[in-house]
Amino acid sequence: MSAVSSSPVIERGTATSRIAAVAVVIIIALLAVAPQILSAGAVDRMTALFIYVILAAMWNALAGFGGLVSVGQQVFFGLGAYFAIRLAGAGLNPFASLFVSASIVGAISWPLSLFMLRLRNGEFAIGMWVIAALTHLLVNLDRLVQGETGTSLISLNVYDASTRRAVIYWLALASMTALLAILFALLRGSTGAAIRAIRDNEDAAASVGVRVTGTKRLLFVLAAFGIGIAGALWLATSITFQPKTYFNVQWTAYMIFMVLVGGIGTFEGAILGALVFFLIETWFGGTGVWYLVGLGATAVLFSLFLPRGLWGTIEEHSGLRLLPVGYRVRLPADIADGGTAPSPLQTTQHQEKA
Amino acid sequence: MSNQIIQGILLGGYYALIACGLSFMFSVMRIINLAHGSLAVFAAYALWLLASRFHVSPFLGLLIVLPLMAIIGWALQRFLLERSARGGALLPILTTFGLAIVIDNMLFEQFGADTRSLAPYIGSLSYDSWEWPGSIYVGKLAVIMFATAVVLLGGLQLFLTRTRLGRSIRATSEDPDTAGLVGVDARRANAIAASIAMVTVGLAGAFLGMRATFDPYAGAPQLLFAFEAAVIGGAGSLWGTLVGGIVLALAQTLGAQVHPQGFLIGGHAVFLIVLFVRLSTSGLGLRGLLRLPSRSAS
Repeated sequence: MSAVSSSPVIERGTATSRIAAVAVVIIIALLAVAPQILSAGAVDRMTALFIYVILAAMWNALAGFGGLVSVGQQVFFGLGAYFAIRLAGAGLNPFASLFVSASIVGAISWPLSLFMLRLRNGEFAIGMWVIAALTHLLVNLDRLVQGETGTSLISLNVYDASTRRAVIYWLALASMTALLAILFALLRGSTGAAIRAIRDNEDAAASVGVRVTGTKRLLFVLAAFGIGIAGALWLATSITFQPKTYFNVQWTAYMIFMVLVGGIGTFEGAILGALVFFLIETWFGGTGVWYLVGLGATAVLFSLFLPRGLWGTIEEHSGLRLLPVGYRVRLPADIADGGTAPSPLQTTQHQEKA
Repeated sequence: MSNQIIQGILLGGYYALIACGLSFMFSVMRIINLAHGSLAVFAAYALWLLASRFHVSPFLGLLIVLPLMAIIGWALQRFLLERSARGGALLPILTTFGLAIVIDNMLFEQFGADTRSLAPYIGSLSYDSWEWPGSIYVGKLAVIMFATAVVLLGGLQLFLTRTRLGRSIRATSEDPDTAGLVGVDARRANAIAASIAMVTVGLAGAFLGMRATFDPYAGAPQLLFAFEAAVIGGAGSLWGTLVGGIVLALAQTLGAQVHPQGFLIGGHAVFLIVLFVRLSTSGLGLRGLLRLPSRSAS
């Protein structure tokens, strides 16, 4: 055994991940031109898919990386839509108001985080739910919203239907890409190391000087902002705003489902989960209540028997990593193997602590 | 006004009833059961089914439903919570949330969207009242509910401090490993605690059905009420839960006076105010709002 191979190698990108990076660029480029060939209905569905990816990635950032399980994320979804309605009502361009609205949501989440992040686990989870319930009630008091009757984003009607559909599609695609890129950059940078340290053991991370609260706050605000965009985009696609629909805990249920199935705490998992959810919704969404029962039951089964989700399990068994956000140590034995499929024992050895 | 205050205090009894199971389970197993409210609604539907189909009075129906709830609690602990708790503190939140979605939608599938009530099956009790001095009318049902809450909380307190089983549950909640060393079967203690918690949930569900209407998705607000009452009163004893329930109910009553839609807003607001005050006075690192009832007793 040579001197080189006897020292462990730390690797980040792999050949697979470089191919994956190229593939991502190609996929985004293809998606960008897709409205030219897709039918109107398909464009709408794809827009919904992008919104689901945003929701899953943002909830995953919060829960999977920040260790903050919230059952009240619908508050940001609802507020994103509500502020967009308000801003558009005040005369702002409806498309611009979507993003200004999300920025307001992000700004609001910062003072909220000062307060909520001091709650732990289940207390934080239900505490956020209380915030969502209270915000829903307060939004109902707004005369413009007219209680549960709701209102509409009327100013979008100045654009004709096909332009509107395409613009919303591109905005959703751009938002999804940008948010995923921000999250990816965050996780790969020095904050990423802090985030993973917190996820693995909060107290230990704090003891070696990781700024636990600051890092969590960053994730909380990012998630609020992202989910705010998702809510505003959803409003743009559906036009009508009924508080009951937007502040529904179902949105958080969807987020939890997507992340649990895809793989909590893995960057790729949230995207995979959103895809799975999108397909399930397309096939079974029409079955109404049983569809929801199925979603809940699947979430329970995954949390009990496959807590790492689909992607986490794939990663564990194959060592596959498409969009690596962490580092991994390859021990000399693996390198000597010359790239053959790692045995289960070796898999645990070079399993990425990420 | 004093009339409303009395009504508010009595309503607090209901909140204490629904909260005590939640805080009991949290104190023993460190799990907040997000299916708590949905299980209460499930119990209400079970009683409704017995009453409407088989003409069993809801009070007699409790003889069937409460043991059923105890079995559900045992199964819940053995098959869901025990397993998911091994995966860390976050997983049980997700598991119980998934369970809540399943229960809510199964109830919807079975019983439809109509609101139901147990009031028609308890005769005149649902509207009978006593006249108190000062021409204050208090509903008999509200008084029974409050008395049940007091008896239940007192009974639980006595059970935890005076009986062998209660002490072993407290020991498990303090430190399951050490409790195991001195011969306490932690799994058994937890399963029994879950059964007891579900019996209180069954009782709360019965009163929910008798005092008001419920529908398949009524579980979520019940969970929030339970959580709020438990946190507001979380001063360290089960009696705190009663205080928390009363404070919550009074805030809701006051909210309703201020604005027609103020009932729920008042409740949520007082919860957040209490939370804020407690967070800003307790300094950093608040470890748990729902503290152990046994801590103060031990």
